Amino acid sequence: MNNRLKVLRAERDWTQAQLATELDVSRQTINAIEKGKFDPSLPLAFRAARLFGLSIEDIFQDQ
Amino acid sequence: MGKQTRHSSEWEANTVRNTVRLGFWTLAWLVTMAIASFGPKFIWQSNEVVTIAAIVLNIAVGAGMILANKRHLNGLDELQQKIQLDAMALSLGVGLIVGLGYSNLDVANIISADAEISHLVILMGLTYLTGVIAGTRKYR
Repeated sequence: MNNRLKVLRAERDWTQAQLATELDVSRQTINAIEKGKFDPSLPLAFRAARLFGLSIEDIFQDQ
Repeated sequence: MGKQTRHSSEWEANTVRNTVRLGFWTLAWLVTMAIASFGPKFIWQSNEVVTIAAIVLNIAVGAGMILANKRHLNGLDELQQKIQLDAMALSLGVGLIVGLGYSNLDVANIISADAEISHLVILMGLTYLTGVIAGTRKYR
């Protein structure tokens, strides 16, 4: 699954640690998602979408 | 970001709190295990009532450790939970397969020493540790 997490984070000038804090996960989890090593659960995807004010499809795309 | 940051910091603090709590219960369990194991010989000269009390205490503290571990796992995020699950599955699988194979070797008198449960515990502990390290490196 592809995602735009890194781009969206960079646009807001947030660090991985800041985003992790916002989403109640570890920095390692943010890093793994950004690198495509780990796909988030639906609740976490919804939290990310809510945080960025976007829909889930705007952030995560099926390959 | 302010309100959410405060809330998230609570999550991080909660994770630390759960880890410290698990460490405390694990240490307490180890101490009571040592007392139950060595007490009969070195402290109370095999008094049966005291030995039973020490074993019951060890099991009770063990129950506390299990609950603390459950709380700790529930407090982790989803990737950390996956790493833990993979490591525990590896540990259980290796422990079951190698443990029973080890027991068969003992029953068939192929190995000279008796198969000890402590060997299995050490094997499972090391396998679990290896699994956690491998999982952490995999998602780094």
